[in-house]
Amino acid sequence: MLMLLGKKVGITQVYDEAGKLLPVTVIQAGPCVVTQVKTVENDGYNAVQLGFDDVKASRRKKPESGHADKARSVPKKFVREMRLPDDAEAEYKIGDSVDVSIFSEVEFVDVTGTSKGKGFAGPMKRHGFGGFPKTHGTKRKHRAPGSIASHASNAGHGAGPKKGKKMGGHMGCEKVTTKNHRLISVEQENNLLVVKGSVPGASSGYCVIRSSKRSS
Amino acid sequence: MKTRLLDAVEKKSLKKNITHFEIGDTVNVRYRIKEGEKERIQIFTGTVIARRGRGISETFTVRRIVAGEGVERIFPIHSPNVVDIKPVQSGKTRRAKLYYLRKRVGKAVRLSQRHSEHTALK
Repeated sequence: MLMLLGKKVGITQVYDEAGKLLPVTVIQAGPCVVTQVKTVENDGYNAVQLGFDDVKASRRKKPESGHADKARSVPKKFVREMRLPDDAEAEYKIGDSVDVSIFSEVEFVDVTGTSKGKGFAGPMKRHGFGGFPKTHGTKRKHRAPGSIASHASNAGHGAGPKKGKKMGGHMGCEKVTTKNHRLISVEQENNLLVVKGSVPGASSGYCVIRSSKRSS
Repeated sequence: MKTRLLDAVEKKSLKKNITHFEIGDTVNVRYRIKEGEKERIQIFTGTVIARRGRGISETFTVRRIVAGEGVERIFPIHSPNVVDIKPVQSGKTRRAKLYYLRKRVGKAVRLSQRHSEHTALK
């Protein structure tokens, strides 16, 4: 599995060879720095830590700087680990730079990001409830959740609603992965990945791009 | 920064030379159509009544009367399937969108010829 950290630039459209207009998301990915290499002997598992996007000089903390110094780098705003199989050979060294060229042979990618926050959302928006009729005598409960539980409801093992009952509440702003985006192009000079479809999160939000399990 | 990167991606799909044409022009649009395996080029002739959008999503609307029925086609300017656009006659207009032509029938559909300099006549 290949992995890279990036930032969503925005969405646009491009034509493919067949003259079809494709909706695409542009992601500025890398170059990432390998800030730490974890091994089975030291840490119990194999992984590399990648960092993306520099912290500006006035905001750097000393411990972070110390950690980054080992990779002859500067502290990064977005740091994530890429897990490697336990029997993997060391592919990356500390201080290595990883850029979009690793995706040149890849056809499909998965993208993980933080979805847009929706605030406190009702059950219709949050869970897709149907709501109540607009007319025929419905009063003050057009978007209400309906019955939550009965007093002696067995579903709640006694009185009170069952745990995990779908209700209104905070929605969005959570980790979301969208899978199997076709990788349309890799643009080396600007460090861009162009993927088909939309990826989670707002423009300029951080995201993690991984090669998919899907082959073609 | 953001737009610069998006433009860089879009730019590869944009056509470099687009024939100049104006609203009100009568144009021949040659476009590629696929019939099963075969490809051929068809011509759609009519009046340009609107041009909208910018960048990759720019489109123009061509209207013509076929057997007494108005037919409009919207072409994406940068689509590879639109082979070329050739203005054959220019029309005098005072608007950017000629939607009023939709309400007109018969001779009233015609636009008076423009006599100013315009590539259509060259």
